[in-house]
Amino acid sequence: MDSARSEQVRRMPTAVKIVIAGGFGAGKTTMVSSVSETVPLRTEETLTGRGVGVDDLAGVENKSTTTVAMDFGRITIRRDLVLYLFGTPGQERFWFMWDDVTLGALGAVVLADTRRLTDCFPSVDYFERRGTPFIVAVNCFDGARRYDLDEVRIALSLGPSVPVTMCDARDRSSAKEVLIKLAQHAMHQRVGPAVTS
Amino acid sequence: MNPPTQPPWERSPADDEQFVRPYVLTSGRISPAHGRFDLITQVVTVGPTPPPDSGLGPEHLSILRLCQDVVMSVAEIAGHLNLPGVTVRVLLGDLLERGHVAVQEPTPEADVTDIGIYEAVISGLRAL
Repeated sequence: MDSARSEQVRRMPTAVKIVIAGGFGAGKTTMVSSVSETVPLRTEETLTGRGVGVDDLAGVENKSTTTVAMDFGRITIRRDLVLYLFGTPGQERFWFMWDDVTLGALGAVVLADTRRLTDCFPSVDYFERRGTPFIVAVNCFDGARRYDLDEVRIALSLGPSVPVTMCDARDRSSAKEVLIKLAQHAMHQRVGPAVTS
Repeated sequence: MNPPTQPPWERSPADDEQFVRPYVLTSGRISPAHGRFDLITQVVTVGPTPPPDSGLGPEHLSILRLCQDVVMSVAEIAGHLNLPGVTVRVLLGDLLERGHVAVQEPTPEADVTDIGIYEAVISGLRAL
């Protein structure tokens, strides 16, 4: 191994991920696109049912799996830290198979479309049950009814600790703000209250 | 690797790079023999280029070329090579076993309590 190569191995970056969830057409891929440093890529993932270990080959015939396409993007935070954004596939009926994607995520953004607010119920429910830190970002489509944030909170039965924010998934700085809010919320939830700027 | 311009049903098999079914590329295996490979596990090619009689398939070699000078995630490899994630994981397991790649698994979820990571993400996003 030449020295440049071994240097590269030693400098393998730490990778973290954030999940962008929400109902079909809520703007997940749009948000991934607007903040990613490159054009989002698509991967076809095989998701397995909850509680089934990756290496568990016993009872394969009963293993519940499905294949979904996921769009994802990348943001190089520092040379030694890379953030990946995974836009989850829209099929709600596969929610119970999401552990593979969510495992190890810093947190999740649930994108809400006010025209179909109930579409994000399964996402909210999933992250609540799983204990994954999440925030709700109301994507303001042109001409869509603008709800008061408290109305959204009540409609989704969100606890007071879950941040709710407005955003425009197409706008880079708006999408960036959403991710910052999530990271702050996740830090408070996982590490405990800390002084932040 | 340009995206196909015609819909799949109008392409002849000869036009289609993906005509070989994914499970053929992995000899029917569905999980890697070595390593776990999360979507964001980082991968880089190490060591000399394998000899032609190494027994590695063209897809193995494509991965080695792709990660030659760039550290890349499992998801990115799958996206760039237009292969399913499960296929890429199995191929990476082969490469790891033979010492052709170095990998770095992400921090397990229970350990994402390092305040430094959150602070770095927040300041990094602000600086975008």
